[in-house]
Amino acid sequence: MNEMSAGLRDLRIALVGNPNCGKTALFNTLTGSRQRVANYPGVTVERKEGSFLSPGGRRVQLLDLPGTYSLRARSPDEVVTRDVVLGQQAGVAPPDLLVCVADATNLRLGLRLILELKQAGRPLLVALNMFDIARHRGIEVDVERLSALLGLPVVTTVAVRRGGTEALLAAIDAQAPASEAEAAWSAPDATGLRILQREADRILAAVVRVPDRRDAVTRRLDAVLLHPAAGLVILLMVLFLMFQAVFAWAQPAMDLIDTGFQALGAAVGGLLPQEGAAGLLRSFLQDGLIAGVGSVLVFLPQILVLFLFILLLEDFGYMARAAFLMDRIMGGAGLHGRAFIPLLSSFACAIPGIMSTRVIDSRRDRLATILVAPLMTCSARIPVYTLIIGAFVPDQPVGEGAWSWVGLQGLVMFGLYAAGILSALGMSFVFKRLLWRGQPTEPFMLELPDYKLPRLRNLALGLWQRAKAFLRRAGTIILSMMVVIWFLSSVPRPPEGATQPAIEYSFAYSIGQAVEPLLRPIGFNWQIGVALIPGMAAREVAVASLGTVYAVQDAEEDTAQLGQALAGRWSLATALAFLAWYVFAPQCVATLSVIRRETGGQRWMWFSFGYMLALAYVAALATYQGARALGLG
Amino acid sequence: MSFIADTVLTEPSAMLDLGAAPRGFRGRIRGLRAFASGGLPAEELERRLLELGFVEGAEVELLHQGLFGRDPIAIRVDSATIALRRREAAAVLVEPI
Repeated sequence: MNEMSAGLRDLRIALVGNPNCGKTALFNTLTGSRQRVANYPGVTVERKEGSFLSPGGRRVQLLDLPGTYSLRARSPDEVVTRDVVLGQQAGVAPPDLLVCVADATNLRLGLRLILELKQAGRPLLVALNMFDIARHRGIEVDVERLSALLGLPVVTTVAVRRGGTEALLAAIDAQAPASEAEAAWSAPDATGLRILQREADRILAAVVRVPDRRDAVTRRLDAVLLHPAAGLVILLMVLFLMFQAVFAWAQPAMDLIDTGFQALGAAVGGLLPQEGAAGLLRSFLQDGLIAGVGSVLVFLPQILVLFLFILLLEDFGYMARAAFLMDRIMGGAGLHGRAFIPLLSSFACAIPGIMSTRVIDSRRDRLATILVAPLMTCSARIPVYTLIIGAFVPDQPVGEGAWSWVGLQGLVMFGLYAAGILSALGMSFVFKRLLWRGQPTEPFMLELPDYKLPRLRNLALGLWQRAKAFLRRAGTIILSMMVVIWFLSSVPRPPEGATQPAIEYSFAYSIGQAVEPLLRPIGFNWQIGVALIPGMAAREVAVASLGTVYAVQDAEEDTAQLGQALAGRWSLATALAFLAWYVFAPQCVATLSVIRRETGGQRWMWFSFGYMLALAYVAALATYQGARALGLG
Repeated sequence: MSFIADTVLTEPSAMLDLGAAPRGFRGRIRGLRAFASGGLPAEELERRLLELGFVEGAEVELLHQGLFGRDPIAIRVDSATIALRRREAAAVLVEPI
């Protein structure tokens, strides 16, 4: 490449490094909010890219590669990292510079990766990250000597502090145009790995002085958090606190959004007349659009609280500990300990959960996790649960005195989550027995990183990305489904002099009537039948659909009072059956398509759709008939 | 602890595998004796252990163990802490220090 063209186009840089080396924090600091998240062509590996202007005025395209211990590439994520590094990834131009990020407090494994990358012959720059923590802990690194021994430029960075990336930026500006040297690399065997690690250890001995090998805070915390018994109790308490918080903390913001949409609906309603074509428009705006979007947006605060907890635990370093504590319990159900993190992410949404099963190398273990991940209670079920619990479970403490802080509603919510977890464990046990008899679970090996204080900036960026994704969903899939539902329940209009409620002349009524015989044994009425169908597009739409159906039915009533409307119309047995249905309900279309992509075919997609539908029906049937037998019908 | 150390002094063959070590055990890795495990061939298990830093000469300490069957275990290997099961840890031969 000549210097002219290098000066004209953007500099392409890729970040490589071990998991937990602070690579993503560095990426966030360098690019700020100028990030794009997409997929690599043909695979579902997340491609995080951003851009920034270097102090020298050069535009830089930065790629954050999935973390890896070696270029040997055992999982789809690691294959992408290897192929980008070697310049062989389709659709990605070879990077001009690799920045290998290494944790300065834990250089040993990072150094071996650096030596491996060096063998690949790509232009390489080493960033010793978390240098402040290393210095604070009394770890001394002779950076110049390290650079000399490696034969590579080495800079120190503090990703989480302002000015902590100055040296890195200066080194990037000093970077000469990349030479197009052929990447010659082949996977090292055990002997090769030993030689590399020995060389890394030799370099380490020469340049690093470590006074105390373990982080004192991590040691003290782990004594409690990884205690065989206390650790498990604390894990349960953390999860319980998380679900209580989802209910309690989000309430004020939810009330605010609710009131806002009510006011907006009333204002729009006041502008248009009830009769004629304008009446149809008024109904569309008020009952279809505003009520529909409002009934979904109101759950944004709860989803953010849930993601806040997941991001906090992740950044803090607790997630790997949770996998450690749960390994044996999950193993009993035929799941890999690493499945804990994907399953916990599935509490937010099954889609990132299923995508993050890529950390599991073995195909069988991965498939088992993918099949049960949608059983974990995703945030899209929160609207459904909240609505029904709010309408049918009294808002009161469970008991007196010591128990007065535990709300009955929160307890029921916890119970629903527990039902999801238990059924996921149970189903994976069944799958292991029926589908993969006698095949062993792959070994569990996981690094437990030192604890770190989560950084506000990283949390805010993470939450913002989640909120954006939810709003985009609310604005596209959910909104369009709402328009369809409104149309079906408003057209055709009742004839002149009609005596029945308007909705009984609509298409929705005919559809609901058609499926009703199938749903009668599980206690569902035709309105639920109408709501279940769009609920397939996205679960939370079921709530909005109920809102629309009942709003069109009772033009006088306020849709925001949907809970009260349901409490007056459904029996407790129906409400419980509805909850039971939604513990298992076949996942949304987006989840099914991710399953198809990740498993490489339709077979497993239809399998999981079928088994969940069967479970949902059986659970709702048992709940409804059981509740009726108890006299709750 | 002291009993094991004494045995080692008098009898060099008294190396033990990390999978059998008690909590609090401290030692030095003498070798890897990989076997096929969990659907992985021996060679692959060996490479994975090496990639996580289990290399001859490294110092290890068994920091934590799980509630059920004392499994899995958390091993300090030099500057990193690695969680694994006793079954695979049995591939790591150690000598107490």
